[in-house]
Amino acid sequence: MVKEIERVGLPAVQITTIIPIALTVGANRVVPGIAIPHPTGKPGTEHEEEVHIRRALLNKALVALSTTIAGQTVFR
Amino acid sequence: MEQIRTVHYVNQFLGQIGGEDKAGIPPQVIEGPVGVGQLIQSVSAGRLDVVATLVCGDNYAAENLEQTEQWVLEQVRQREPALFLAGPAFASGRHGAACGTFSRAVQKKLGIPALTGMHPANPGVELARKDVYILETGASARDMQRAVSQIVALALKLVDRSPVGGPCDEGYIPRGIRKNVLVEQRGSRRAVDMLLKKLRGEPFITELPLPSFDRVPPADAIQDLSKAVIALVTDGGVVPIGNPDRIEAHNASKYCRYFFGDLGDLTGEKFQTVHGGYDPTYVNEDPDRVLPLDAARLLESEGAFAKLFDYFYSTVGNVTAVSSAAAFGREIGEALRREGVNGVILTST
Repeated sequence: MVKEIERVGLPAVQITTIIPIALTVGANRVVPGIAIPHPTGKPGTEHEEEVHIRRALLNKALVALSTTIAGQTVFR
Repeated sequence: MEQIRTVHYVNQFLGQIGGEDKAGIPPQVIEGPVGVGQLIQSVSAGRLDVVATLVCGDNYAAENLEQTEQWVLEQVRQREPALFLAGPAFASGRHGAACGTFSRAVQKKLGIPALTGMHPANPGVELARKDVYILETGASARDMQRAVSQIVALALKLVDRSPVGGPCDEGYIPRGIRKNVLVEQRGSRRAVDMLLKKLRGEPFITELPLPSFDRVPPADAIQDLSKAVIALVTDGGVVPIGNPDRIEAHNASKYCRYFFGDLGDLTGEKFQTVHGGYDPTYVNEDPDRVLPLDAARLLESEGAFAKLFDYFYSTVGNVTAVSSAAAFGREIGEALRREGVNGVILTST
């Protein structure tokens, strides 16, 4: 899906946990998620802390969207 | 008759440990065959002896591929088998990634023949097809009997060092290997025959399928985030409670868009996931764990970007046909561009 969104000219970043699959299907901008059943969550931590982690992850996604890249890039 | 020592890798389903709720279990060894392993033994008429079954949860394996690969290599090395089998994974992406990665590692690093089975659309296929034989299977375990028969048939040939035929003869996914064979007609003759068939609209089989490298050049980066409208999209299956548009839990036929309005946070009272491929407990507790609205609102209020788009797009990415996913992506991308969105964050489970 992200590949097709990029095809129409919109930068698109995928937050996902299985990086090899994202690269295989052709995602250009990838940010590693936390876990498969909760890519942007961390159950078991305090809610405030969890939101903080989520905010950091989204911030990384924004960096990915505003970075000029030559090919597939994982933003760790 | 000498039995062939075999080690078999499976996920928690085939290892008979449990369903999605057990997808996080770390790797473990069960001595002897389990379930599919017994089928492997009986289909081989007792020639294959599954001495150990390596089981690992789908999530654990996919999230820790390198670490789990090391563990698999160590377990296989200790048992000195003559054969390594994995899965079959059918259309399961996580299991496919694990089966492909571990089969490739065992074959390349330990020199032990390794085989697995997958549906051609499984993303694990591209990871491993050039290195190992991946027998083509159906999309689900309904195809188990036939799939295992094919895997065993080819496995016995590899162990016996019998000649292996082409993909069509043996039922494996093409590995991109060219092999010289002697045929009666010379090349120019065969090419003209094919061309004539093509002109007449008759079916013909090419001798050299061209690889399709479908890569998209990266889109231009956002120049000024402080002026950018950002949209959230997910294939994690988040929908308003009750799933009003009936998005399917598997192989979704559609995507939908829903209004955020002035919502600052997603709650389990109003939203849920209908994805059938992962344990929904955490997301149903707090849907921000896959569709991060609360954090997006924080960043929006801090001015990290100008505005969050008023709607989110959602579908279920679970054994979804690649052609559907591509069409969804294209339509969503075009709609968002038309509406003045500058960048997209897509979350995947």
